[in-house]
Amino acid sequence: MNRIENTEHERLTFWEKLYLPEIAKGLGITLKQMFKPKFTRQYPEERWEPTGSYRGRPVLVLDEDGERCVACGLCSRVCPALAIEVQAGETEREKERYPVKFEINMLRCIYCGFCEEVCPEEAIVMSKDYELVFTNREDAILGKDKLLVPIHKLQERLEFLREYK
Amino acid sequence: MTDWLSLVIEFLIKALILLTLILLIAAAFGVWLERKVSAWIQNRIGPNRVGPFGLLQPFADVIKLFLKEDITPHAADKFFHRIAPVISLGVAFSVYAVIPFAEPFKYNDRLIYFSITTPDVNIGILFILALTSVGVYGITFAGWSSNNKYSLLGGLRSSAQMISYELSMGLSLVGVLLVCQTFSLQEIVQKQALWNWNLFYQPLAFIVFLVSAFAETNRAPFDLPEAEPELVGGYNTEYSGMKFGMFFLAEYANMFTSSLIIVLLFLGGWNLPVPPEWLGLQQGSFLLSLIQFCILIFKVLLMVFFFIWVRWSVPRFRYDQLMYLGWKVLLPLALVNLFVTSIVLYVLK
Repeated sequence: MNRIENTEHERLTFWEKLYLPEIAKGLGITLKQMFKPKFTRQYPEERWEPTGSYRGRPVLVLDEDGERCVACGLCSRVCPALAIEVQAGETEREKERYPVKFEINMLRCIYCGFCEEVCPEEAIVMSKDYELVFTNREDAILGKDKLLVPIHKLQERLEFLREYK
Repeated sequence: MTDWLSLVIEFLIKALILLTLILLIAAAFGVWLERKVSAWIQNRIGPNRVGPFGLLQPFADVIKLFLKEDITPHAADKFFHRIAPVISLGVAFSVYAVIPFAEPFKYNDRLIYFSITTPDVNIGILFILALTSVGVYGITFAGWSSNNKYSLLGGLRSSAQMISYELSMGLSLVGVLLVCQTFSLQEIVQKQALWNWNLFYQPLAFIVFLVSAFAETNRAPFDLPEAEPELVGGYNTEYSGMKFGMFFLAEYANMFTSSLIIVLLFLGGWNLPVPPEWLGLQQGSFLLSLIQFCILIFKVLLMVFFFIWVRWSVPRFRYDQLMYLGWKVLLPLALVNLFVTSIVLYVLK
């Protein structure tokens, strides 16, 4: 005999089969939910402040005595999305090398943070900036003018890197 | 002659006021309430940008719908495609012709009825039942004329659903009619004066009617005709712009109608919880009618809230489950209710 045992029909009690009490229970649950605190954030007025571990737009660190980048090209080499372009030049300063051109294409960037991980000078780090809107493709390619960020704005990320990297 | 003219003027004024009120409360406030309640149940805030508490959101939605492109599919039957939303909305609104909203009041020795048609319609319930069944034509036409398999399935489901629910709905009403001995909505409400609600005399009929009302208005858990996950958008897949808006409005108008009928038939209608004489209100005064109207609308809004609450709590029924419920559960229940009611009434007589 091919009797199917322990079907849903057999498992349910009489009151569960009546269905209406169970619906009332369900309605009770949703009614309770109505008075619970809401999760919604009122975005433009109420912004989210990420912690140090957040990987936002990659930026170049601007130290007290100029940019840290020595244009070694490791970030460009490691970038899986081929988003970074670096051209090196020479200066009279102590570090001798600096990037003549440093561009990150934000349409290609995948925010993986490899560039930051590979950087020997701690010159490129992920910032907390997550509001990235461009109206055309040209705007999405960020040059040095937009990438360089003063070090005091990146303290939290640098501390996070020192502790966990 | 002057009598006839004043009658027409009275009718026009009442139609204008009541229909505007209904459109405002049923459609605009209903849509707002739906969005708010669904948001609360899902721990969200809901619309709060347009106007205070987002109350003007429905108007923004309507403006958006009006400005949208109106697309008619190439293979569609143009005539039926165009007429389907009109049928849906027209039927949804014509039901209000016979629904009384409060006791009539006296004005210059004239008895003015608080409904759109002037005298009390003595077959009000039959008229409503007949018209609400016509409403399904709009949905079926929409599904068929779109020339889209999902729309067609939605339309077919809607008519199949109607057939399996209309019967138990009508039979559950017969119990109420037996108790009240009248077809007129006005008299049915008057019979429920104070706390003599039909809900207490006909609890089984109330449950059967309530469940059927959910199916009748195509709302969850019986929203099979538009079942988004399986039928894309169901019967209104191929509709856009204000044509879709009309279906949308019709759904909310229907929900409001169903709540209104449930309140009138089972929940005591516009009756005050205490005799009006206690509050110093005279029988037939305008103030009393106004208070009764407010009570009715309050009850209806609670009922609409219940409809919305259920929609966001109970999952959709499968097609066969719906047929099972309609034919094997609700129909026998309605018949038993009718049988018992008749016997009890016969014995008591």
